[in-house]
Amino acid sequence: MSEQNVTNILVVGIGGQGVMTATEILAQAAIALGHDVKKTEVAGMAQRGGVVSSHLRFGPKVLSPQIMPGTADLLVAFEAAEGLRWCHMLKPGGLVLLNTAHIVPPVVDIGLYQYPDDPIGEIKARGYQVHAFDAMAIALELGDVRLGNTVMLGAMADHLPFPAEALLDAILQRFAAKKPQMVELNRKAFEAGRAAEKSASRAESAEPVPAQ
Amino acid sequence: MASVMPAPSKSRLLLSGNEAVARAVWEAGCHVAAAYPGTPSTEMLEVISTYPDIYAEWSVNEKVSLEVAIGAAFAGSRAFCAMKHVGMNVASDALMTLTLTGVIGGLVIAIADDVGLSSSQNEQDSRFWGRFAHVPVFEPSDSQEAYEMTKLAFDFSEKHQVPVILRMTTRINHVKGLVTVGERIARPNTGGFKKDPARWVMTPAGAGKRIPLMFERDGALKAESEQSPLNVVESGRDARVGFVTSGPAYMHVKESFPDAPVLKLGLSCPVPVEKVRAFAATVDKLVVVEEVEPLVETELKAAGIACHGKDILPKQGELAPNVLKPAIAKLLGEPVPENLAQPAPVFPRPPTMCVACPHLGVYYTLSQIKNLTISGDIGCYTLGAGHPWNALDTTISMGAAMGIALGLDKGRGEADKDKRILAVIGDSTFLHMGMQGLLDIVYNRGNVTVLLLDNRAVGMTGGQPDPGSGRNIYGEPAPRVDFAKLVEALGVKKERIHVVDPYQLPVLFKTIREEIKIPEVSVIITDRPCVLIDDYKKQKPYEVIDEKCTGCGNCVEVGCPAIHVTRREKAIKPSGKEVELQFVRIETAVCTGCGLCVQPCAPEAIVHAEPRRPMRLVKH
Repeated sequence: MSEQNVTNILVVGIGGQGVMTATEILAQAAIALGHDVKKTEVAGMAQRGGVVSSHLRFGPKVLSPQIMPGTADLLVAFEAAEGLRWCHMLKPGGLVLLNTAHIVPPVVDIGLYQYPDDPIGEIKARGYQVHAFDAMAIALELGDVRLGNTVMLGAMADHLPFPAEALLDAILQRFAAKKPQMVELNRKAFEAGRAAEKSASRAESAEPVPAQ
Repeated sequence: MASVMPAPSKSRLLLSGNEAVARAVWEAGCHVAAAYPGTPSTEMLEVISTYPDIYAEWSVNEKVSLEVAIGAAFAGSRAFCAMKHVGMNVASDALMTLTLTGVIGGLVIAIADDVGLSSSQNEQDSRFWGRFAHVPVFEPSDSQEAYEMTKLAFDFSEKHQVPVILRMTTRINHVKGLVTVGERIARPNTGGFKKDPARWVMTPAGAGKRIPLMFERDGALKAESEQSPLNVVESGRDARVGFVTSGPAYMHVKESFPDAPVLKLGLSCPVPVEKVRAFAATVDKLVVVEEVEPLVETELKAAGIACHGKDILPKQGELAPNVLKPAIAKLLGEPVPENLAQPAPVFPRPPTMCVACPHLGVYYTLSQIKNLTISGDIGCYTLGAGHPWNALDTTISMGAAMGIALGLDKGRGEADKDKRILAVIGDSTFLHMGMQGLLDIVYNRGNVTVLLLDNRAVGMTGGQPDPGSGRNIYGEPAPRVDFAKLVEALGVKKERIHVVDPYQLPVLFKTIREEIKIPEVSVIITDRPCVLIDDYKKQKPYEVIDEKCTGCGNCVEVGCPAIHVTRREKAIKPSGKEVELQFVRIETAVCTGCGLCVQPCAPEAIVHAEPRRPMRLVKH
């Protein structure tokens, strides 16, 4: 948290992955707990496969909606290379919750650019922590790729300055209003994401700390 | 978007600036709201259209939208129109005379400046219009203020019988914050339109009499600005620097310098010069923080108030804390905060056309034809300038593809004498401002082939309907323009008009090849819907049979984002030339079976996908 007791969470990915929806749900959870909230996107032409970065700031009073480089409390990356692209936004040594999916844009396919060989390794080499898991595989196992953003929300649940249940409530409320038949599946996706993140976290702490 | 049934009064809602303005427009008892879609302004009208008791429309362009609002305001109703910054360039012809007549019903014009260029062709500062047209400018700093100022702007507009500009920026339009909403106050229009030619018919004689009234109004607005509670001093204990600021920059200033005195301008035009002068006397240094141009700064300097501004701050982009803090530290002679971690170099993700977009067929075809100069226009098809097509050579303004094509034709030099001039324009852009350009090509016998890409929607802003869609803003059936008949009526010969399916590559290729050889104007209309709208029907997806793929890469040149290269190999052709082979797969989960990639695939390696294969979006 910053000096003004404001929490900065940056959620990044690609247009169509549900990044903005995930941040919206997170914002609703913070509002339900009485926080002031501002949420802003640098979406550009997001519907066209571009980069999406969604800034969420909450606390007693939020002024600027933008998270500045080096000040994010948590980075949630829906795609591996996007985790690398945005990791400088974190506080030194900060944590990236990362979906291991690689989504390759046409400029890489036609050979103009390279997809990084080891985005997770590069993020760690910059001194940040990474808890990585395959959110898409979890979503597909549950039967619907669109559950991916609920999986990602579940992964955040234990890294927020409020109880996981508050976030789960916000998710379930949203689905109860819009798609009641999806409530139970989303609960499962949330728990699966939470478990996947926990096991990624345990795996990381078991690894020897690399020399800085 | 906000729900159809408005939330009850006193609710605290998480609203974007656009949603907050929409709510306020409705609460203010506004009767007529009009706009042409344009990022970042689009959602204002989209949300207004979900509210009851207010007429909303997508107009064909911003000028018409303002004229509709003007008519409603002349008739005594409250009226609203919204546009992106460049929209006001189009609408300004109406604005510059509207300022002489003024209004009866309140008229608020929301202009969304794209500071930071998230989705625009320039970064112009709409606050200039306040000066140019002698109209007041309100500048909100977040959603709550956007909501409150919109309501105040209607009252202000009626009080001074003047249109009010609500200047927003992307960082207001698209930021969500908490807004406490109120109730709608109905304002039945009882007076009606009052015949008054001296006021409403702006002949030279009539206008000459209204100009002094406009100057008189300037004085009244100035007095308002000096006293307005929207222009407020917030004291601070660190008076080494005092800030004059407005819009989103205000929040950045408060975030960066919580102890500094600030004069916040909510009614920023006309500038409350005396209020600033008094404020300046209380601080050591005065800094004007304004996005984009140094407007307030210049006016303060002209009034003899010493200040800093664009001498220490950029004239481009947002003035966020990471820009402000070092600039002010430098001004104070303090150590400048050190550079933080730098971003990692990662490939770019430029926006691309959608999977199965009908424009893919067009640009693939154009990329295969040599000796073309292609004047483009504004919309998704501007992306044709990018990889892998590189098949668009100019983009300037809405509808410009037509006039620029004619100019390329008439102004061609010796070097271009064999070049074919082709113009590409979408349906909505054609109806917005392209029709007149085509008429000019016809009238002046231009040698131009026009590709009119009719996808039945304003694609780039999210698939809003236009007069070519057959639907209105409410999704109700609406008269649908017949493009072939329209261009024929403009004077294009019937035999030079072709309606072509952009997924039928051989037909499209043949039609373009034939028409560019004919030295007169032709129009080729493609007629398949945008993949983002309901008219588009998905078909059975495709996949690649690995063993059959020869790596020729022809399908990659289509540019569909569902086609991925799995491996590259160097090979020597029988001619001895070295080539790079690209073996591919299709992301079956996102493929919608348009069949474009199948057509250039010689070895027939692309086939309909087997049903129930595990769908994976992930590439490891």
